[in-house]
Amino acid sequence: MKIELRLYASLGRYLPEGKEGNSCTVEVQPGTTIRELFLRFAIPPEARKIIFLNGIHAQGDEVLKDGDRVGAFPPVAGG
Amino acid sequence: MKILRINMGAAGGPKVSEEPMGQFEGLGGRGLTSAIVAKEVPPLCHPLGEDNKLVIAPGLLSGTPAAISGRVSVGCKSPLTGGIKEANSGGQPSQVLAMLGYGAIILEGKPKDDTLYKVFISKEGVKVSPDNSLRMLGNYALVEKMKKDHGEKICCISIGQAGEMKMSAASIAFTDMELRPTRHAGRGGVGAVMGAKGVKVIVVSDAGTERRTPKNPEKFREANKKFAEGLKKHPVTGEGLPAYGTNVLTNVINEAGAYPTKNFMWGRFDTCQKISGETQAQTETSRGGLATHGCHRGCVIQCSGIFVDKDGHYVTKQPEYETVWALGGNCCIDDLDVIAQLDRLCDDIGVDTIEMGATIGVAMEAGLAKFGDGQASINLLKEVGKGSPIGRILGNGAAVTGKVFGVERVPVVKGQALPAYDPRGIQGIGVTYATSTQGADHTAGYAVATNIMKVGGYVDPLKPEGQVELSRNLQIATAAIDSTGMCLFIAFAVMDQPETFQALIDLLNGFYGLNLTADDVTALGKQILKTEREFNLRAGLTAKQDRLPDFFKKETLSPHNLTFMVKDEELDQVFNW
Repeated sequence: MKIELRLYASLGRYLPEGKEGNSCTVEVQPGTTIRELFLRFAIPPEARKIIFLNGIHAQGDEVLKDGDRVGAFPPVAGG
Repeated sequence: MKILRINMGAAGGPKVSEEPMGQFEGLGGRGLTSAIVAKEVPPLCHPLGEDNKLVIAPGLLSGTPAAISGRVSVGCKSPLTGGIKEANSGGQPSQVLAMLGYGAIILEGKPKDDTLYKVFISKEGVKVSPDNSLRMLGNYALVEKMKKDHGEKICCISIGQAGEMKMSAASIAFTDMELRPTRHAGRGGVGAVMGAKGVKVIVVSDAGTERRTPKNPEKFREANKKFAEGLKKHPVTGEGLPAYGTNVLTNVINEAGAYPTKNFMWGRFDTCQKISGETQAQTETSRGGLATHGCHRGCVIQCSGIFVDKDGHYVTKQPEYETVWALGGNCCIDDLDVIAQLDRLCDDIGVDTIEMGATIGVAMEAGLAKFGDGQASINLLKEVGKGSPIGRILGNGAAVTGKVFGVERVPVVKGQALPAYDPRGIQGIGVTYATSTQGADHTAGYAVATNIMKVGGYVDPLKPEGQVELSRNLQIATAAIDSTGMCLFIAFAVMDQPETFQALIDLLNGFYGLNLTADDVTALGKQILKTEREFNLRAGLTAKQDRLPDFFKKETLSPHNLTFMVKDEELDQVFNW
């Protein structure tokens, strides 16, 4: 199944080949969690603070479904 | 410290006087502007009339060696909201005014005719002189002229054409380190009040000035070191903000589904990548601009930058997240060069970028231009500077524009436009928008930090629970920080690191020889809010105005398909502490 992985700010460099801007479609096995997905791409631990799964804050242990959108940020803020 | 009072309506011309701080001793920034306005301005007066006053006050720590202490507060009765106003700005003047010994400048009275005045403040004294050659100059041309007249050891506080025409979206410009008019007390039409006083520019000379000295230099120095270290250590103030600026939020808020798009129609903007902070920083760096830069000397966060065009020529300072959203995503414009031009125009004409972006969004909904049409936006904004009939309508903000063109979806509270976070996707900021004494204002209680970025804890942005308490605590803390002259961004570090909060208190204690505790800081914040609420109540703003526009309760926002769910009776508990 396919999911959309979006990595922003300093995490952008961990996106695999075939990325478009800050986004990339990746193939994952059913049953994969967000944490496992991050391990696969060697995304560092600081990415775990702000994770969105379909626009909703995620913890990391959520199991991915086909077509999910996962976004992660390092600690950032503004205003 | 002393107060400089200029009566623009005195018989025989403007009269300058100086007085001790008196009952206002110990106050600074927002605490001082709100105290003076509450004491001296009749709440029912006309904002452009003789009884309103414009108060400009550096913070308690401005002019000292304290890191990042150069913010300034501008207070008055707002022509936009009809309530009390504190508009906050960076730039150089705060530090210099404080070094010259001024706790506040008060402009009062009503000029006898339409003569324009220049105020010149230096160590030698204050001079107010008529200068009608400045009429209808934009802020950039005005500052160039001041440089020719007075040299480069100055900073300027000025209004553009919008302020002269007394438009409700008019801002007051404060020059930055490069002596450009890029920092603005933007919100609430403070520029119109300066225009109504007949003052085009206040030129402040820093010749011969020295930093203010602390009562307890050793304690102060130690606290300053810890404070700066704390800001450097925190990932937001030490890494995220310097690298990408505030516009790093475009992707964050879009990902969260709370990015107001097409005049608050949708919660995501498909092409926001093109105007994100990441793209902006890369664009600036590759063109020879700057992606990391401060708005005033002494800033250790450096969240700003310099935006240059394709040929490497200066256009404007790095547009802020709110500006990029207002003039960009909100109007479905995804071109950073167009947004930079719009930002430059806003700074030059002297109008609030948030109010103007929201206004253009409403104008687009009314059919005056097509969503996404950057050139049409530029043309509309130029009309504001010219003062044509359409320009006058737009220059008075989103509420007026919506009324004139019969638009229902008008995103304002107390007449002031909502900034860059949809309250249906971030419920906490909706509480602040609704209840702030300032009208819709994200900085007044930045619940986005806790709702979205998990700074200072976490409260789920998509549920109504916990938002009232969150907004209340943030509004209290913000009022206190806005009194210190410190940039509000210190809050990210202060909320997460108790030792950095203690260092802030120790800075105040070391400088003034006091023994303040955290409780005293909270009490100060509460006192300021109480003063402002009482003024607003007497001005006719009641709980009935502490509400979001109807459509936020009726129309759902994609992708989460929620409305604003915090109940009215809960909103009425925000100030019930």
